[in-house]
Amino acid sequence: MKVFRNTKVIVTLLIASLLFVFGISNVFAAKAAPRQKNIILATTTSTQDSGLLDVLLPIFEKKTGYFVKTISVGSGQAMKMGERGEADVMLVHSPDAEKKFIADGFGVNRQLVMHNDFVVLGPAADPAKIKGVKSSSEAMKMIAQTGALFLSRGDNSGTHSQEKKLWKNAGIKPEGQKWYQETGLGMGQTLNVASEKQGYTLADRGTYLAMKKSLSLAILVEGDAALLNIYHVMEVNSAKWPKANAPGAKAFADFMVSRKTQEIIKTFGVDKYGSPLFFPDAGKKVEDLGK
Amino acid sequence: MDLIVQGIIKAFELIISFDPEVMGITWLSLKISGTATFISLFIGVSIGTAVALNNFYGKRLVISLINTGMGLPPVVVGLFVTMLIWRSGPFGFLEILYTPYAMIVAQAIIATPIVMGISLAAIQNLPPNLRLQILSLGASRLQMVWVLIKEARLPLLAAVMAGFGGVISEIGASIMVGGNIKGYSRVLTTATVMETGKGNFDIAIALGIILLLVAFTINALLTQIQQRQHPR
Repeated sequence: MKVFRNTKVIVTLLIASLLFVFGISNVFAAKAAPRQKNIILATTTSTQDSGLLDVLLPIFEKKTGYFVKTISVGSGQAMKMGERGEADVMLVHSPDAEKKFIADGFGVNRQLVMHNDFVVLGPAADPAKIKGVKSSSEAMKMIAQTGALFLSRGDNSGTHSQEKKLWKNAGIKPEGQKWYQETGLGMGQTLNVASEKQGYTLADRGTYLAMKKSLSLAILVEGDAALLNIYHVMEVNSAKWPKANAPGAKAFADFMVSRKTQEIIKTFGVDKYGSPLFFPDAGKKVEDLGK
Repeated sequence: MDLIVQGIIKAFELIISFDPEVMGITWLSLKISGTATFISLFIGVSIGTAVALNNFYGKRLVISLINTGMGLPPVVVGLFVTMLIWRSGPFGFLEILYTPYAMIVAQAIIATPIVMGISLAAIQNLPPNLRLQILSLGASRLQMVWVLIKEARLPLLAAVMAGFGGVISEIGASIMVGGNIKGYSRVLTTATVMETGKGNFDIAIALGIILLLVAFTINALLTQIQQRQHPR
């Protein structure tokens, strides 16, 4: 009798486990499209955290039949993936690094997609008194002089490169200073840290607006031409990486600059935040932005 | 405090309304971690038993290695699995990076030493004369092993629970090899991190509560099986 019951337990477990295995293969079989159907999109945290991709990708997938695997990391890491041929297409916002990426032959067909702007955020108390300061580099100088806490992404992302550029404009080397902390996290999480510690930080407006409700940070400096945040789409050079899905990458890039997508970008977020999170720029020149 | 209350309310909302996205994420977590535990059960119990029952040169070293493996850091596993299955890596031709399969592989690697270590200890813990007794009753070697495994079922089920608990709550490897792709490789832990990043703390808390509920339900079921027959 005892043996019988033991066997029953084991058989039940076995069946349960088998169900797991079969269940999983069935579900994935439905999704496992031919290999060239998969596109790996390496992008920044801001496009994901703002919710823009959640709106655009289903439209693209439905239209083309491709399946997009979004890996949202910093722009720096996204381009590292591209350099190794581990991504097919990149949607990033780190113009200087992008130009180098193209010049080094890792990517092709860099196209302007959209822009928004960076804003310097900080606590409402504003210990460095930067509110309303017109020049971003002036504001950075004031933060450094006051020694007020500044939270940096510290992750080589587009926002981080932009921040480093602002420090350079201001002639300040913040690394290693007591008031300068690097989170090493994405935009959303860095905003949470800055809000919690009541420090200053640099963020793209889109992510800030999307998260505003849970933050106690205010926009203190905005509108400076140096704060422009420009997004480009680039395809990985398939001559260098034959395994990359070149047609898929091209389809995605074409989709991002198509008229319909640009219309969606133009109105994305208006209903929720009262103003758009991104401004569509396909076909324009970088020099004309923000004018 | 408000936030926590909000989170709990949100959790119940999501559960009661059978929110399709949350249900999908939960179900995927269960499938991936369940499959990984199942694989680790086979490898872990068989190797664990084999090591326990045989005497060989360097056995202590092997046991030390297995016991160290029980604390294998998931992120390190994630890193190595990622490098192996990159397009340019040795297993790149499989094209499984950023798929649930890659997550199963990584989680199985994390769970296997846990299951192995506990089953090894469980088999070693049986009275040594039991083997001789079973063999003297005319059992074949395979039959003996089977009886021993059944004898040790209490700690073996504990091994399953430990392995499953380890992988369903794991994040480092899952996000590295799975990529947290919506509707495809997003599981409870990776979704929780993402929602925290987005500042949606209520949803993050809700996902955390669902994760706890899932872990509790599975463990309660296994405990039920484990405790059904009281040890002599």
